[in-house]
Amino acid sequence: MNDGNWTIRGARILGGDVRDLHVSDGVFAAEAPAGARVVEADGLIALPGLVDLHTHLREPGREDAETVATGSRAAAAGGYTAVHAMANTDPVADTAGVVEQVWRLGREAGYCDVQPVGAVTVGIAGERLAELGAMADSAARVRVFSDDGHCVSDAALMRRALEYVKAFGGVVAQHAQEPRLTEGAQMNEGEVSSVLGLRGWPAVAEEAIIARDVLLAAHTGSRLHVCHLSTAGSVELVRWAKSKGFPVTAEVTPHHLLLTDDLVRGYDPVYKVNPPLRTQADVEAVRQGLADGTIDVVATDHAPHPVEAKDCEWAVAAMGMLGLETALSVVQHTMVDTGLLDWSGVADRMSVRAAQIGSLDGHGRPLEPGEPANLVLLDPAASRVIEPGALHSRSRNTPFAGLKLPGAVHATFLRGTATVLDGKVIDR
Amino acid sequence: MTDGTEDLAVLSAAPESAAEQAMRAVLDASAVQRALTRIAHEILERTQGADDAVLLGIPTRGAHLASRLGRQIAAVEGLELPVGTLDVTMYRDDLRLKPARALGRTEIPGGGVDGKLVVLVDDVLFSGRTIRAALDALGDIGRPRAVQLAVLVDRGHRELPIRADYVGKNLPTAQRETVQVRLAETDGQDAVLLGVKKAGSR
Amino acid sequence: MKRHLLSTADLSADDATLILDTAAELARIADRPIKKLPTLRGRTVVNLFFEDSTRTRISFETAAKRLSADVINFSAKGSSVSKGESLKDTALTLEAMGADAVVVRHWASGGAYRLAHAGWIRSAVVNAGDGTHEHPTQALLDAYTLRSRLGSLEGRRVGIVGDVLHSRVARSNVHLLATLGAEVTLVAPPTLMPFAVDTWPCSYSYELDPVLPKLDAVMMLRVQRERMDQAFFPTEREYSRRYGLHAKRMAALPEHAVVMHPGPMNRGLEISAEVADSTRSTITEQVTNGVSVRMAVLYLLLGGSEPAIGTENEEGAK
Repeated sequence: MNDGNWTIRGARILGGDVRDLHVSDGVFAAEAPAGARVVEADGLIALPGLVDLHTHLREPGREDAETVATGSRAAAAGGYTAVHAMANTDPVADTAGVVEQVWRLGREAGYCDVQPVGAVTVGIAGERLAELGAMADSAARVRVFSDDGHCVSDAALMRRALEYVKAFGGVVAQHAQEPRLTEGAQMNEGEVSSVLGLRGWPAVAEEAIIARDVLLAAHTGSRLHVCHLSTAGSVELVRWAKSKGFPVTAEVTPHHLLLTDDLVRGYDPVYKVNPPLRTQADVEAVRQGLADGTIDVVATDHAPHPVEAKDCEWAVAAMGMLGLETALSVVQHTMVDTGLLDWSGVADRMSVRAAQIGSLDGHGRPLEPGEPANLVLLDPAASRVIEPGALHSRSRNTPFAGLKLPGAVHATFLRGTATVLDGKVIDR
Repeated sequence: MTDGTEDLAVLSAAPESAAEQAMRAVLDASAVQRALTRIAHEILERTQGADDAVLLGIPTRGAHLASRLGRQIAAVEGLELPVGTLDVTMYRDDLRLKPARALGRTEIPGGGVDGKLVVLVDDVLFSGRTIRAALDALGDIGRPRAVQLAVLVDRGHRELPIRADYVGKNLPTAQRETVQVRLAETDGQDAVLLGVKKAGSR
Repeated sequence: MKRHLLSTADLSADDATLILDTAAELARIADRPIKKLPTLRGRTVVNLFFEDSTRTRISFETAAKRLSADVINFSAKGSSVSKGESLKDTALTLEAMGADAVVVRHWASGGAYRLAHAGWIRSAVVNAGDGTHEHPTQALLDAYTLRSRLGSLEGRRVGIVGDVLHSRVARSNVHLLATLGAEVTLVAPPTLMPFAVDTWPCSYSYELDPVLPKLDAVMMLRVQRERMDQAFFPTEREYSRRYGLHAKRMAALPEHAVVMHPGPMNRGLEISAEVADSTRSTITEQVTNGVSVRMAVLYLLLGGSEPAIGTENEEGAK
């Protein structure tokens, strides 16, 4: 379904040449179609519609925080045309039934493609494999499997999962966190945690699992994707694994590109997240890793929480931060404006590679005639002060509240249908 | 050392608050000393020998004045009166008008105050509220048989029914004026200064 | 604008000295027939305790009452396991009651900070111990005790021995003693020493015996037996042998050195009964001094139009 024909005039394609784009019947066309509506895109950057490999839409189970509808709406506002919805819902997405439900809710809402992620283990309990094949064969066509929220810490189980998904081209996305080293952990283990009296989450707890898993990936010949990598040591490990040709990919969140554990000094739970905010040295290392491609994608790990889960003492607060509506601005601020990445690099890290890793047809494609018209137009010269109340998400827990960030999404197109126009979400 | 023509620059070089302009001396060092000597004699006279008297000075300058009076009385009569200090900060009725203040020292002489004649000593008597606070403080410490008050300067404008028994100098003043006592122990020299304060200070 | 006492790291040397000097003056009223001052008459101080602590609560209660304040004791149930009433809801209830100051003890590090800055209440907040973070009035009464036994703290060598990692008393003491010019040495097994302790304003050692002969004061921290089950040390016997202060070790201290303990003690584990009851021990004085110090804190925060010490209250907190 599309709402007709479009001509997008004068956009900078991937930040490079200025060209007109034409859309007809949901795909890009070589020439202006009849009756095309015009979008003046002078000065705007055209990127393939963004693809998020890591989002929490909370439905089923936690609709007070977010639903598939509100979350995918927020995604469109942030320039996304596809998001992968993580499986730690209630009930957990560990059967064909639940993943199909989430997939259908996404299609009904129509703001972006919602691609469900299947849990690796039943109930995300880390004990038995879930019916991965059934989920892969379902209408939701699950290819990414993750127990995110928890680590598949049992080495034997991780091995089996990696092997099993080879049958249908799946990938296991690991939340790397050795549970025994992080019992009761509250924030990054470092100078700040020792002064604040909060139990530390040491970098080694992430790195030790990554080290093990990249070797398992090589041993099984199966694809491993490292979720929300956050430390300098983790970047080193992935770099090493790639240099050996291991089938490993990795993602970093926008917040780990910008924020450090110093922010925890005020004990404001908006900064509580898993993996935790790290040190400035880690921030520099992940930026460098994203710039040189060691880290393949920026994935938001959008984690909505209701107000009462954050308006309390640190120790009882939930972990997680919003991300869909600020990701592009944070990437512009930390990577483009610093000269580490150009806009075609942004297209690669926020769309192309994510679609490849997720085996998502139709997304992350070149902006060429014949390709599906999944597109975001961004105004790099705009800037905005992030206001939690102005976000489209049902929740308000953004760590960027009050920050002035560059860039604003002007329009988003999902297979030729405008989901955002003139900076406003189009509801049906 | 010092005579009636003080160097105003010297005296105003160490004002207690920047809101006060240059002050003039209404009592010089020798006048202060004479006043104290007179008060000492008066105390001895009116208490008929002062054998159960206790001098309690109100910090900071009242405490020094009480010590001086004690020494003066000892020199004149050979009588060692118990001398102590009574800090009234915690009993002030104007605590909430200014930031919390550091406390002065309270030292009650060994014999206590019960049944004694307590002579409170302070530098300036103005509204009378400090003395009211001193009476409350004293009441929580014991029960004197009588309480008298000795001040170096009485500048009028009482806001409570309080009067001094011994006065070094009666100094009629306007409300907008300010009176400051300087003592050698705290300020390097003895003097009583009078000036006009800028609006907003108290 | 109210200010708070949340951490000794917020106290300058002048602030700390003002508190100690004020406490010294207030200590004298304990000798008077009427142990009361009218200064905080009509003010309400709430003791909000999310963790049981009869001793600290009574100390604060006595301090507030000696200043003629009204005291309300609010014992809130709840822990990280059984949540109970939320901190926010409890705070909103107190605000509705019009508390001038809230003395709060909470099991979560940062609990007092959140109460002070989340925008729920306008009262002054005094941290009576938050998780493993800080216990500022304990450090102040420890400094007061040391000062009264040893004179000025400048250049004094103080050892703090025990479970430093989980000790809010240790953290508060390290900040405060460093601010007052003392030299602190932490002693603990490596498992109980905080990560990044080398960035703290003190030195540290894994061995107790070499440190003892140089100290002017040694502060023993309580060691919880549960730490043994979490593999922080193998057995009580081994801990006591390597880090316990028994008579022989006490004899290794210089003549003038004192022994402190914030209480409650595990007699026989970190400190022997003999040492706890010796004349070097300041343990009972610490309790007495606690009331004077807490009176000083309450007076300096509440007694004037604005406090004389403490951290700013931030406007526009959530």
